[in-house]
Amino acid sequence: MPPHPETWLRVRPAGLYCEPGDFYIDPLRPVERAIITHAHADHARPGHNRVLASAETLAIMRARMGVERAGTSQQPLAQGETLTINDVAIQLIPAGHVLGSCQIVMDFQGSRAIVSGDYKRRADPTCSAFMPLPCDVFVTEATFGLPVFRHPNATDEIAKLLASLKLFPERTHVVGCYALGKTQRLIALLRQAGYDQPIYLHGALQKLCALYENFGIPLGDLRPATIAVRAELRGALVLAPPSAIADRWARRLDDPVTAAASGWMRIRQRAKSGGIELPLIISDHADWDELCTTIIDMQAPEIWITHGNEEALIHQATLMGRRARALRLIGYGEDDAA
Amino acid sequence: MKPFADLLERLLYSPGRLAKIALLRDYFATTPDPDRGYALAAMAGALRFPGAKAATLRKLAADRTDPTLFALSYDFVGDLAETIALIWPGSAAFQPPSLPEIVDTLAGTKRDDVPVLLADWLDRSDPSTRIALIKLLTGGLRVGASLRLAKTAIAEIAALGADDIEEIWHGLEAPYLPLFNWIEGRTPRPDPASAPVFRPVMLAHPLEARDIATLDWSAYRAEYKYDGIRIQLVSTPGGTRLYSRTADDISASFPDIMANMKAHAVLDGELLVARHGVIAPFNDLQQRLNRKKPSAKLQQQYPVCIRLYDILFDGTEDVRALPFDTRRTRLEAWYATHTPPAMDLSPQIPFTAEADLAALRSTARTDGIEGLMLKRGDSAYLPGRPRAAWWKWKRDPLTLDCVLMYAQRGHGRRSSFYSDYTFGVWDNETLTPIGKAYSGYTDDELTTLDQWIRAHTTARFGPVREVEKHIVLEIAFDAAQISPRHKSGIALRFPRILRIRTDKPAHEADTIATARSLVGLEAKQDQGTLSPETPARR
Repeated sequence: MPPHPETWLRVRPAGLYCEPGDFYIDPLRPVERAIITHAHADHARPGHNRVLASAETLAIMRARMGVERAGTSQQPLAQGETLTINDVAIQLIPAGHVLGSCQIVMDFQGSRAIVSGDYKRRADPTCSAFMPLPCDVFVTEATFGLPVFRHPNATDEIAKLLASLKLFPERTHVVGCYALGKTQRLIALLRQAGYDQPIYLHGALQKLCALYENFGIPLGDLRPATIAVRAELRGALVLAPPSAIADRWARRLDDPVTAAASGWMRIRQRAKSGGIELPLIISDHADWDELCTTIIDMQAPEIWITHGNEEALIHQATLMGRRARALRLIGYGEDDAA
Repeated sequence: MKPFADLLERLLYSPGRLAKIALLRDYFATTPDPDRGYALAAMAGALRFPGAKAATLRKLAADRTDPTLFALSYDFVGDLAETIALIWPGSAAFQPPSLPEIVDTLAGTKRDDVPVLLADWLDRSDPSTRIALIKLLTGGLRVGASLRLAKTAIAEIAALGADDIEEIWHGLEAPYLPLFNWIEGRTPRPDPASAPVFRPVMLAHPLEARDIATLDWSAYRAEYKYDGIRIQLVSTPGGTRLYSRTADDISASFPDIMANMKAHAVLDGELLVARHGVIAPFNDLQQRLNRKKPSAKLQQQYPVCIRLYDILFDGTEDVRALPFDTRRTRLEAWYATHTPPAMDLSPQIPFTAEADLAALRSTARTDGIEGLMLKRGDSAYLPGRPRAAWWKWKRDPLTLDCVLMYAQRGHGRRSSFYSDYTFGVWDNETLTPIGKAYSGYTDDELTTLDQWIRAHTTARFGPVREVEKHIVLEIAFDAAQISPRHKSGIALRFPRILRIRTDKPAHEADTIATARSLVGLEAKQDQGTLSPETPARR
């Protein structure tokens, strides 16, 4: 009888650890061998010795933290390839979260566990779509693990932004969005909607946009916002990290409409307290329906939840006839990437 | 309903007045009748849905959701209507009901059938429409814009001002077709005929030092400026109404006033609480405001009166074009003829020179008086603030030197600045917060304070920063009142920052004892020397 994943996957202070393979997944502190689901700062941390991830994730890690801190040795694993480490067969399959984001598939002595990392099921022109695969244990995130979170169509939210640009043609529209993933998805969605004006970028967003373009994702006419003159930005669209839109950086903008693109914008109080004038509910995380659908699609009798609103999703998974428990990993989901 | 829900959502998040007007204007210019008219009625609070209750909706939601998930969600969201709207498992195709459909259908639906109807509407809607729908039906609709702003936006479509709408507003009813027909140039302006409509009020400019030097004092008449609320009392063959300065119909709150108005006229005056001829503090008047149905006891405890200072219609005759002096004569004659109880005339203050008035004004600090009014004897009654016609000459504010304790970021244009300040005074060795101010400084001062606050933060509580106790702010305010609700026991009225006292070290700031003595000052003042004649009781 194949060994239950709870006998070979354990939670340690450094993170989720695969014992027979002797590696961690998205470890929270420097380790000897790490497999990284995606390059967001809370999952991809600096200072590991050997790092295994998709080529895109590795490239983003190098761009963000420098070659030295992105792992002493980096090993890319392409989709469709299998790497066996001490009897554990490892595959990376798309998670649909951001460029390069993958689920980690582990097969050990006939038993299979899949760690989702962060994921979504919606179409995203900037990354490969989530791939469901049957398994014995599915380790899922639950950032939006409450039934109040049902993300609207991203295209409708983009239409809201474009309508506002039309209604306030004199005002700069500044959208707070996370540098990795959200920014590029937003730009790609705007281009899909026919917006072909230049888009101005805060300095912190430029490097990753260039990297996306190098991976063959065209983003159109992008210009630095920092050196643009006030008048040029009137009626224009500016993207900046969430921390910058309501702070001193934004003072260079003339009477801006402050927008933010995040799944949290669903909750009015969140948007209000952030001083957001135009909330855009666009998320790179699965909403409640996607979480529930994925539980069915993965055909796993057992669900482990890493981070987010665990309690509600455990309750729901139990109603759906699954065994479910929280791993209580501390340290994920602490940025604004939602 | 969907466009209205979208409008409400954007108004909720938009801090700027101009942005709100742009949103409202866009909505009213592009939404068809009668939808926009019902939206306007919803904003005016003129739609009532007695059949729909919050409990009904709660039960509907409970029937369709898992109780554990609902409880966890409500706990997270914090607002019941929003929780229901978000968790509602919308099943039908997106086809939200229109506002006219909601109004018409509910009017013809038996109470027992309402839940089924609501469930169907919620099924056909998206979350933002559901929130608006639930709040509208249960009476919890809070619009992020005043009715006045909606009127401003509608008037703008025809390049008019809000006052042009005010003059006919109270003769109109939902869905206001004649209003929109007129605004869009299809019909002439609706005639309010004999309806008791509100007339736009005439307002005064603050008198600044530079105006004082050039003023032709002999052309002006002086009255006290009262610390009550400005009202307009309208009585026509079509009915009697009491309006606030902003055209809100407050008749229901003041049955005692309404009962006394028997003769036709449109009168301008101040609503005050007065006992035995002595005007009570503004605090007392507040007990009577926003009460839909004041009890007999409340009416007796806080007796209101109106101090009249102008007449707009004498009987049915429009006298607004007459000079102020002539209107005053007409007002006195009207008053002498009808002698309405609980009303009196605002006395004119005889004076020969500016010095007489300046002396009066500087000592004017008693309950119910906040300064002087100067009105040109030859001025017609015009809406808005015509230049040099009426002046308000407020007494100098009281001041306290306080220490900046906490700072919070502002909203809108000021969202990147720490612009809201909590300040305190010394109570022995510690500082006690005494008030909060977010105005009075220049842009340069704001930038300086913002930088200083960021560099001298000692603790953070969410959006609030506690700062080193170093900056002394000279705070101006109109009055200090005893308040058991405040930690310091004192509430300041209209506090604002007069200047930043860079010359003063924090330990030399004022004490709580000094602050309390300012409350005392008001009470100790001999009212007899200042107060105008007491209201006539007949």
